[in-house]
Amino acid sequence: MPADSGPAVSGPDSRGPDSTGAISRDEVAHLARLARLAVTDDELDVFAGQLDVILGAVARVGEVAAEDIPPTSHAVPLQNVFRPDVRRPGLSQEQTLACAPAAEEGRFRVPRILGEEQ
Amino acid sequence: MSDLTRLTAAELATRIHTGDVSAVEAAQAHLDRIAEVDGEVHAFLHVGAEAALANAALVDEAIKAGTAPASPLAGVPLALKDVFTTVDMPTTCGSKMLEGWRPPYDATLTARLRAAGITIMGKTNMDEFAMGSSTEHSAYGPTRNPWDLSRIPGGSGGGSAAALAAFEAPLAIGTDTGGSIRQPAAVTGTVGVKPTYGGVSRYGLVACASSLDQGGPCARTVLDAALLHEVIAGHDPLDSTSIDAPVPAVVEAARIGAQGDLSGVRIGVVRELGGEGYQPGVRASFDAALRRLEKLGAEIVEVSCPHFEYGLAAYYLILPSEVSSNLARFDAMRYGLRVDKGASAEEVMAATREAGFGPEAKRRIILGTYALSSGYYDAYYGQAQKVRTLISRDFAAAFEQADVLVSPTAPTTAFPIGEKVDDPLAMYLNDLATIPTNLAGVAGMSVPSGLAEEDGLPVGLQVMAPALGEAVMYRVGAAFEAARDADEGGPLIARVPEVAK
Repeated sequence: MPADSGPAVSGPDSRGPDSTGAISRDEVAHLARLARLAVTDDELDVFAGQLDVILGAVARVGEVAAEDIPPTSHAVPLQNVFRPDVRRPGLSQEQTLACAPAAEEGRFRVPRILGEEQ
Repeated sequence: MSDLTRLTAAELATRIHTGDVSAVEAAQAHLDRIAEVDGEVHAFLHVGAEAALANAALVDEAIKAGTAPASPLAGVPLALKDVFTTVDMPTTCGSKMLEGWRPPYDATLTARLRAAGITIMGKTNMDEFAMGSSTEHSAYGPTRNPWDLSRIPGGSGGGSAAALAAFEAPLAIGTDTGGSIRQPAAVTGTVGVKPTYGGVSRYGLVACASSLDQGGPCARTVLDAALLHEVIAGHDPLDSTSIDAPVPAVVEAARIGAQGDLSGVRIGVVRELGGEGYQPGVRASFDAALRRLEKLGAEIVEVSCPHFEYGLAAYYLILPSEVSSNLARFDAMRYGLRVDKGASAEEVMAATREAGFGPEAKRRIILGTYALSSGYYDAYYGQAQKVRTLISRDFAAAFEQADVLVSPTAPTTAFPIGEKVDDPLAMYLNDLATIPTNLAGVAGMSVPSGLAEEDGLPVGLQVMAPALGEAVMYRVGAAFEAARDADEGGPLIARVPEVAK
């Protein structure tokens, strides 16, 4: 998907007068594409300003001297957790497909996933 | 209003188990109350009247047959946050993305409630996917605070807290990722507990931020919360982050606490959680709470947690990062909403996510996508994880000096609906005091401390304890509650005005 593979674009021209300079409208549009959100132009206008303010606030983490500090991804120290290798019932095909927006012949029915040229 | 709806869960359970009142009568009284007030309060997204009465009838049959109750809370009505899966009711998470979704399995927590004979009345309103502090980010409209219907009930679990304060149920379940149990408890004058991370199973809890989410009990008294805590807590092999250790004896601790002696307990006041940014009435209520705890014999010490001031910043990097990853599962293919706009799967996915998510979910997905992108990862997500370590170390050092830590639960009382909904950063500040416990995985609770002088609205006292240190937390909470109620001539919740219709 070539449209998504480029670096986040930096567009200083699109920054508003109150911008902290953390993030531009074009960058927000790019991130929304990456996240599969078809946001509207109006939303982009609102989100760009709000995210700029939020990023300005959260960037404070950079003030902390933490070079030698190990990161925490998880509050409880856990090693690998194993369960006994025994069979147990799972969901049936019918139960699972009953949740699907569309199903056909016992499978999920989905829109085209490959482009014409592929 | 029926007298049955004014009872505590413990009192109602006793009356049901002695045959004085039937579980069906208890369920019906609460269904009547919901019908009477929920048009105004809007605590519930779904009421399962038939299933509730059927469960209650089973409890009554067992009692008539002379069987011991399935649990100390068998037959007591409960309001379940709409983020836990239920096979007999929709599970929406307050989102259009899951409108009408019927999960094919029960959450472990749901299954434990059923096994305990608790009557699940319905599913409660919440900010979409548990993201918010006001319940205004629900796709199904806001919940109103029973103390003042023009004000927010807190969030994300505003529906559960409002159901308690409006006497629609004596028990409720919430989830707390950054304060979503404790802040709603504080602003509605109710009790809410965030257990130690891993203390209550997350299996069947629709994920917001997996390393922070924790289900917990909500009630109108500390003892009721403790009784519910013991029903829902404990190891679950279906949740690999669930702690394989005995559940702390919180009911016994709450009963001991209620006797009103805290001598030998060291209570640490966190210097960084209070003062500037906290409403004067909140500060006054907190100071009065400290004097009350001291009178109960506790030793009050001041502790410093210097990295707490960076908690909010770290949280709003870690949480959106996990959210952007967790909400990627809503891809319009296997379950949930699908908007058939566009020819390719990618176009359908983007159109569906645009239509299905509200503004706060979108903001956090975009923010998380940014924080995790190459070039920014180390400066944002990586740095936030290091700050998380420092906050855990602050807690560890503070718990060397004190058995529990205390602070105000929230910086303000309930604010008017609409006041902060378009200012995300102002909304985030509501969780200033609750976020550090989630980052460190320790336990926290909010107990009503009084009403703020300037607006007459409830204020919460936060009590925090080390991982699996819930017993001392409940002891302190129950002692404080008993002393406050004795001094003030009754529980704070008795002063909630009748819902205006």
